[in-house]
Amino acid sequence: MIMSSTRLLAQIRKELLCVLRDPKSRFALIIPPLMQLLIFSFANTLEVRHVDIAVYNRDSGRAAYELVARIGAASFCDRLVPAHSQAEIAGMIERREVIAALDIPESFSGDLAAGRPARAQVLLDGRRGNASQVLLGYLSDLAAGLGAELTGTAAAANSVAVRHWFNPNLIYQWFVVPSLGGVLVMFSTLMITGLSIARERELGTFDQLLVSPCTPLEIIVAKMAPALVICSGLGSVMAAAGVFAFGIAFTGSWLLLFVSMEVFVLSMVGIGLMLSAVCRTQQQAILGTFAFGVPVMVMSGFATPVENMPAVLQWLAQAIPLKYYLIILQGSFLKALPPAEVFANVWPMAVIALVTLSAATWFVKGRLE
Amino acid sequence: MSARLDPRRLAALVHKESRQMWRDPATILMAFVLPVVMIFLYAYAVSLDLDKVAIGVVLESDSAGAQSLAAAFAGSRYFAATPARDRREVDRAVVGGRLRGFVVIPQDFDRRVQSAGAQPLVQVVTDGTQPNTAGFVAFYAQNVVGLWQASRGLAPPGLALEPRFWYNPEIESRRFLLPGAIAIIMTMIGTLLTAMVVAREWERGTMEAVISTPVSVVEILLGKLLPYFGLAMAATVICTLLSIHVFGVPLRGSWPALLMLSSAFLVPALGQGLVISSIAKNQFVAAQLALFSGFLPAFLLSGFIFEISSMPLPIRLLTLLVPARYFVASLQTVFLAGDVWSVFIPDTLAMLAIGCGFFLIARAKTKKTLDT
Repeated sequence: MIMSSTRLLAQIRKELLCVLRDPKSRFALIIPPLMQLLIFSFANTLEVRHVDIAVYNRDSGRAAYELVARIGAASFCDRLVPAHSQAEIAGMIERREVIAALDIPESFSGDLAAGRPARAQVLLDGRRGNASQVLLGYLSDLAAGLGAELTGTAAAANSVAVRHWFNPNLIYQWFVVPSLGGVLVMFSTLMITGLSIARERELGTFDQLLVSPCTPLEIIVAKMAPALVICSGLGSVMAAAGVFAFGIAFTGSWLLLFVSMEVFVLSMVGIGLMLSAVCRTQQQAILGTFAFGVPVMVMSGFATPVENMPAVLQWLAQAIPLKYYLIILQGSFLKALPPAEVFANVWPMAVIALVTLSAATWFVKGRLE
Repeated sequence: MSARLDPRRLAALVHKESRQMWRDPATILMAFVLPVVMIFLYAYAVSLDLDKVAIGVVLESDSAGAQSLAAAFAGSRYFAATPARDRREVDRAVVGGRLRGFVVIPQDFDRRVQSAGAQPLVQVVTDGTQPNTAGFVAFYAQNVVGLWQASRGLAPPGLALEPRFWYNPEIESRRFLLPGAIAIIMTMIGTLLTAMVVAREWERGTMEAVISTPVSVVEILLGKLLPYFGLAMAATVICTLLSIHVFGVPLRGSWPALLMLSSAFLVPALGQGLVISSIAKNQFVAAQLALFSGFLPAFLLSGFIFEISSMPLPIRLLTLLVPARYFVASLQTVFLAGDVWSVFIPDTLAMLAIGCGFFLIARAKTKKTLDT
């Protein structure tokens, strides 16, 4: 008498209707995540392009001329702004008109010709720290290449041979699109399940549900249904979009990815239902979802690698399903992740799903008695 | 219904809403606990400073030179090096994501050093699935090799750039991320909370009841917004104090400028919340819309992690409508550079303009529903 299939089916039908009946909810569930995928995939890049750079060139020699010309012609630079004093440079950076300024001393070309190291100063806007650092990398490469060419020592530029595996040109989209698929599915799942029990409690229908013949397990299984259906669908569409719309190679196994996706959604459903169960109103549930979802996104390794974080947070991150799912997603797309590695990341999610779903069932049972 | 504004009625409404707000533990959680948690997370978890990236160092040669280079990698503050003798030991770890790349110091390393640049000295392999980390690994590996060469007098006199980072000489990511985090926290309080609170009134039908009283629409909306304005400002002050005193982010500008910018940002943030609630009239849809139109753009399109100028043109145009974009730029300036009014004034005007747009839409929407 733990589960009856007719009762369960009727319940599942009701839960699906609850979420999908209203056209606005349908729209809010499906359209924004897909639009976000599209917009953010193009927006999220740590490459630097279209920047303006100020140049204060006090040297009339060839090396300085070449350096300025090459920076001006580089694909990342939109505009070179000539400056005539250090104060002028300072003002331009302060007003955010340029992100960087090149200050070339008079002795620059002379030093290089005389075999001394030639030094030019680059001033960078530390407020845009990340872009500045990336830009500095570009400029240093360019300068080293030019120096090697002018002094005839081709060596300096390539004492290190770099190869980027899985993504040779470091295309940022290849990282962002699969990962966003995980982040957006997580938020949708949390939102759908987080509200489900809380809404019933706010409207008072939860008590009706409790006095019905439904068992706690049935209630939980039925509540799982909408998120599982909608979010698996969303996740699949996003993965397919990665392959067909963004042309990212998919080297892993689709079957393994789907299995992992289901386990991931289940673990998030468990967390969402737990949150939902302790909240009395929808507002609390939504705030709870945010209070949980935002830090989780930050700590999952999406924005910055997990191993950069302090030990305590890394340890906490082990309880975050998204962390494992991101590894599987990125691996399935680019790395042809072997089944053993997929499994190593699926079982922690399965444990989280089991614990959280049991806790949610236990809560409903507790209400019943 | 006219736009009458009676100070006594408004004060009563504000009082009622404030009481309601304080009573709800979720609001307090959102306004005071969450900002503190977020600030701590941004300070510790979102670190773009790659120090101690896990890499493998494959030492195929036993010569003294090769070993000293391996030691240079092991001693670098940027890497946590795992020594290996064979590249097969490390490439599985790269596939599994346990290492972010590896450096191969080849068997004929000494010969390569002597032949001065006919062939590269070492090979660096990175995990390209995380392009940002891969780029840093490549850059700092070159750095380590370059320093090693220089220390042995092997570096040819070339052309080099001496970087100087203004406002943030150590390039601590915390210093530019924390101001960005404040913008996100304020978006959550301003847009999400407002959207939910007003949507709840519609959903429960209590909005109709309030509308039937002599109170005007403007008074109702202002009554709802003012307490949340106060709440968001309080959260800002808390976040700022934490950033300055706990995390050592300097406030080189002035408090009045900071508070003015924050107030200006709240106009579009609250306005957006109102528009969402008047469209949605249902807490679930409102939350979903606030998440996707408020929070995520503030996080991803505001320029606080991802540089706006690098985005494609249509998206750069879209960011012009994201109020957080102006707020982040000004906040980073007020914290790190000082009071630069030539940055603040255009940003403030842009935020106010977007805010006015939102309020006009909200008013039009609210009116219409009253007529029907």
